Amino acid sequence: MNIRALIAVFIFATFFGSTATNASSTTEAALAADPVAEKRLQHLSEELRCLVCQNQTIADSNAELAQDLRREIRGMIKDGRSDKEIIDFMVVRYGDFVLYRPPVKGITLLLWGGPVALMLLGLVVLIRYLRRRATRIADDQPLSADETSRADALLKENTQK
Amino acid sequence: MNRYYWILGAFAALVALLAVGLGLNPRDVPSPLVGKPAPAFNLTVLATPDKTFGPKDMAGKVWLLNVWSSWCVSCRAEHPVLVEFGKKVSVPLIGLNYKEVRGDGGFDMSKMAAEDEKKLAFERANAWLSQHGDPYKLTVMDLDGRVGIDYGVYGVPETYVIDKAGVIRMKHTGPITPDVLGQKILPLLAELNK
Repeated sequence: MNIRALIAVFIFATFFGSTATNASSTTEAALAADPVAEKRLQHLSEELRCLVCQNQTIADSNAELAQDLRREIRGMIKDGRSDKEIIDFMVVRYGDFVLYRPPVKGITLLLWGGPVALMLLGLVVLIRYLRRRATRIADDQPLSADETSRADALLKENTQK
Repeated sequence: MNRYYWILGAFAALVALLAVGLGLNPRDVPSPLVGKPAPAFNLTVLATPDKTFGPKDMAGKVWLLNVWSSWCVSCRAEHPVLVEFGKKVSVPLIGLNYKEVRGDGGFDMSKMAAEDEKKLAFERANAWLSQHGDPYKLTVMDLDGRVGIDYGVYGVPETYVIDKAGVIRMKHTGPITPDVLGQKILPLLAELNK
């Protein structure tokens, strides 16, 4: 085995090992018997915000509530409910705030449209600035014959030194 | 000169925006349950463990549901306000004890039998109420927090105002202060009881 293969194996093992511990920490006592269900749980809980530590997903958070909600999601997956039903279950109780990707509607318009609006504003300002600069350059008069000869004289003087 | 006023104005607007943003409480998440019927439950009553209670038992009455727990520090802070409320106001106050044992964090739940958890929860809740006063008409025990999830509980204490039709009219997250009680809850109760 050459050294490059060894490094590749090492990187792969570290990466795989870290994701594996991550998964086990978020699924507690596990239910690894059903990897499909666990995968759905992982996917769903990454879409949902934990309300206790608000910058973490239910998948990442170890707060009591996140654990309870993961248990709840697991139960619903077992009952054969669809992803949409599970997400709706959360929204009915905690509002759009639980969604890491809130729906586009009246109250979230600024959230979704804000960055685009700011970029458009920036573009308008930029274009206006460039246009003004272009007309200013166009308005500049070329040097008169007198000015040209003076500039030449100055340049010549400089090179003679 | 004109454009400097422009920049100054834009800066002032930014400062105002950030000032408003900093003043908001990120914990105060609007509950989608306001305006919806209070979720049904059927839980054991603390004082009479052979009986159960549910929101349907309060049909036709305006009432308050207060989520509390003996391990919850803010609950202790709001408790004197509730005790005072119980003495002065005739609106029934129902307690929902939320995860008395497993919410505490000091117990290894995998090693505790369901019966032991129940016994311990009732003991702890009773002890807390006899120590700090009991303003509740009755308290029900939500041992596993399942009812809490239906009510969107994410930070005890939480308080719900429920009207005669069984609809949630207000939710307050966090301890009730005399200000919240006087300015928000009492006027709403008066209006609902008209």
